Formats: sequence, structure tokens, C-alpha cells
Amino acid sequence: MARLVILGGGIAGQTAALHAKKRLGGSHEVLVVTPNSLWNWIPSNIWVGVGVMQPEQVTFPLAPVYKKTGITYFQAKAVSIHPEGDADNPQPFVTVEHTSHEKKGQRETVTYDYLINATGPKLNFDATPGLGPLHNSQSVCTFDHAAHASKALDELVARMQRGEKKTIVIGTGHGTCTCQGAAFEYLFNVEFVLRQRKVRNNATIIWISNEQELGDFGIGGMHIKRGGYITHSRVFTESLYTERGVKWITRAHVKEVGKDTILYEDLDGNEKTVPFDFAMLLPPFAGVGLKAFDKQGADITTTLFAKSGFMLVDGNYEPKPYEKWLPSDWPNTYQNPKYKNIFAVGIAFAPPHAISKPMINPKGTPIFPAPPRTGMPSGVMARQVAFNVTDMMQGKSTVPTRQASLAKMGAACIASAGSNFWNGTAVSMTMYPIVPDFQTYPDTGRQLRYTSGEIGLAGHWIKHLLHFAFLYKAKANPFWRMVPE
Amino acid sequence: MTEQPQPERQPYEQSFYPAVPTRFTKAMRTNLLWQFFRFVILNIKMLRMVRKH
Repeated sequence: MARLVILGGGIAGQTAALHAKKRLGGSHEVLVVTPNSLWNWIPSNIWVGVGVMQPEQVTFPLAPVYKKTGITYFQAKAVSIHPEGDADNPQPFVTVEHTSHEKKGQRETVTYDYLINATGPKLNFDATPGLGPLHNSQSVCTFDHAAHASKALDELVARMQRGEKKTIVIGTGHGTCTCQGAAFEYLFNVEFVLRQRKVRNNATIIWISNEQELGDFGIGGMHIKRGGYITHSRVFTESLYTERGVKWITRAHVKEVGKDTILYEDLDGNEKTVPFDFAMLLPPFAGVGLKAFDKQGADITTTLFAKSGFMLVDGNYEPKPYEKWLPSDWPNTYQNPKYKNIFAVGIAFAPPHAISKPMINPKGTPIFPAPPRTGMPSGVMARQVAFNVTDMMQGKSTVPTRQASLAKMGAACIASAGSNFWNGTAVSMTMYPIVPDFQTYPDTGRQLRYTSGEIGLAGHWIKHLLHFAFLYKAKANPFWRMVPE
Repeated sequence: MTEQPQPERQPYEQSFYPAVPTRFTKAMRTNLLWQFFRFVILNIKMLRMVRKH
């Protein structure tokens, strides 16, 4: 019996674990190592952040699901990978540190035959002084951060109800952030809630981000056909901001978040400030800090991981300028080139480069979004890798046969702009491919037939439906495989 | 009823230039019949995307 170890139990980890176990049955072991006892449907955290949902509605305990499906569960965090074993035993293993109440701090080794790294990101609040819920700004990256943000927002609304004018700043807290979409959703949900609570006119709302233009979202924006024109997402995004009375600051690297002032550097190298009473700023992501050692105990972390801490896979990591980027740079199978039994999916894999064009100001500060690799793409790559690994474990193949390159994959995204069954709205987007391919589609980088965007109540219904569908699926309830990634 | 936002559109400021939706366009965004139709279309679009994987 072989053992597949999956590090991480988020969207990618859970998808990989469920598919792998379903395919392997009792013939091989699937073991998940995740520091969390709860699974969190992260896309709904923005609704927790405005008080529309409670944390219990976006989470569930993992242990019963793993018990039901026959997956071995270690509530622990991975500390190091030993892909060659050690001097005494050539069997590869991972060192983990338990996080459960009963075993907290205890370390042990977990051997593996195949390893999928789906650890997600480290929320790198330390990259910007004053950033994060422990300091001066809010976050919606986790359900408890979102609950904290909701409480702070409630207090702010109470003050506005007493007639006080307040300034709200939402966006990205560093020049290299990703996940602008989540901040965008939170921005418009806050704006919607303020209208519902009849205090909108007491609020100045400002968007601040590292995007070159509004509507970039870390994917260089996208073109869609609308009203007889082929139009960039910037046009629609600026329209929405204007309609909702939101001011915007783009091309900004937040340098410091003070008690009531944000200091940022722009693309011209100028330092500017923006005052705030409430700020929700996303942190940049980094790898979770896993180390790697060879059989002699020598540190081989740089063999397995990029400088950012994300795992190296089958991408083309040769540094090159934007003009020379190719769709083929993006990984297909997410297999580590040196250790063929190690894979990385979701945020854990190292992208070969950004998708948006890199911009650096005269002071040398990079101000451009890192590539997003969450949500649907994360689930799709996790499923494909799980299929490849199980084929290899069952002897059906010696190499990964299924591919999931972001340059050959489409995505559907729903971005909430206000939660209400009757008058809520959401932006519904589809794009193909995620990484623009200017060789195949020279004008816009994407196939217009499959690239679309619109705002409306229907999008909100879909977002709400997906909330329940993905929670149902992650719980491995009957027919869970009917819910696509 | 929700309070309506108050766009501050001043000449030569950033909010002066973007296209803004007309009342009709905004009304259609929450019109139940139209949105039910869009719900069906959007689901088809997304399923089409899923089938491409």
C-alpha cells in the first residue's frame, strides 16, 4: 500500500484529497496534513466581513469528513520536506508539528510515496509596517479576520449613524499583492451595506491598489464585447466605481499603515498619504516557509522552492522581460522537476512570472499584482494532479498525463457587489485563457467568444448558489463529484 | 429601500470621464424577469467553460 500525503486542506488540498481517495479507495492511503480543524469557503469571507454571514456559515469541521471518507487526518503544519529520506532510511518524509489542542507543538515524521503541496499562502502582513488585524487595518483573508472586520465596521456605522463623517479605504496593502478581486468584492459589499443602513452619504470610500489600471485584477484585465465595441475591463470597472461614488488610487505601493493614515509610494516614486477611519487592506502572499533537506541533512530549500517560498514545478522560470513571456512558460502538470513524486497546486506552486505587466518605480519599488491562482483554477489543477498521481500510484502511468496550464484553462469568476436576494448584484466574468495568449489571440490575448462580463442580480444568485454547492462538495456529501471545480 | 449613492462628478476629476449606466440599465440589473433569463445564460456560459477543462 502506497501513501499519498497532501499538505494543506484548503480549496486545492480538499479537492485533491477527495478525488484521490475516491479513485484509490482502500488500496492506498491518502493522508492530509493541515493545521486547521475547520474548512473555510474563503470566497464567502467577504460576506462575513460585512455581517451578512457568520463564521459558522462559511466553515465546517474537517475531522468528520475525513473519517467518513477514510482519509487519514493530521491536524498539524508541515515544517520540512525530506525528499530523499535521511541517512538511515531512503523513504521520503515530511516533518510535521501538531496544532491540535491535545498534541500542540509535538513533532513527528510522516513518510510518503507521493506528495501534493497545497499549503496555500502565508499572509505576509509583516511586509508592510502597521498592516493587518493585529495592527491598524482589517483583513478578510480568514473567517476570523473577517469577523473582526465586521465588528469594526459595525462600530464605524454606529458612529456614522450619529452623523459623523468617515473615510473608508479598501484595497491592497503592498505593491506586490494579489487577489484584488476579494478586495473589490469587499469594497462594494461595504458600500452596499452602508446604503442599506442609510449612512452612505456620511462615508468617503477610497480604493487603493497596486494595479496599473482599475479592472486589472492581476490578470492584465480582459476585453469583452459589449454595446458594439470590444472594450477593456478598465472601462466597466471605472464605470462601476463612478456609479457607486468610490474614488480610486491605483499604481500604489502601501509602505506603512499608521493609526489613521496610509503612506504609499506611487509609480512615479512620490510618497503620498491618505487618511482613514477604517481600512481593509489585503496582505501580499508568500510561501508558508517550508524547508527541504537532502539525505545528508543539507538544506536544499532552494532546489524545491523559489525565493518567494512557493514550490518550483514544471514551469519555465528563466527570468525574461514581459515582451518575451510565453503561454508555454506556465506549468502543465505541477510536478517538481527534480523530485518526480512531488507536486504543488493552488497558491503553493511558484508561478513563472506575473500575468500583469511588471511596473517598477524610479526608486526600484515593484508595483504590480502577483498572478491570482485561487478559486476555480486552483480546484481544476488540484483535480488534474490528483488524477495524475493516482494513475501513477495504481501503475496506470509512469508520468503525469493530464494537464492544467493556466495558459490553456478558462475561468469563471463571480465578484459580489452587494448581497441581497432582491437587489444585490455581482459581476459575472468568464475568460479564456486565464493567462493571455497574444500569439493565438493577437488583439486581446483571449478568445472573445469565451470572455465575458456583466453585472446584475443573476450574478448574486449564482454566487450564493456556489456558496452552498461548494460547501456541499467539500463535505463529500452524496454525488459531490457532480459539482464541478 | 436602500440609500442611493451620491456620485460626485466634477469636471476634470477622475469620476467625470467614465461611462455611467442610465436608469434603465440600472433597473435591468435587478429586474427579476430579465435577471432570471441572464441567470440561465450565465450558467450556460460557465458550464461551457467547465467543459473546456
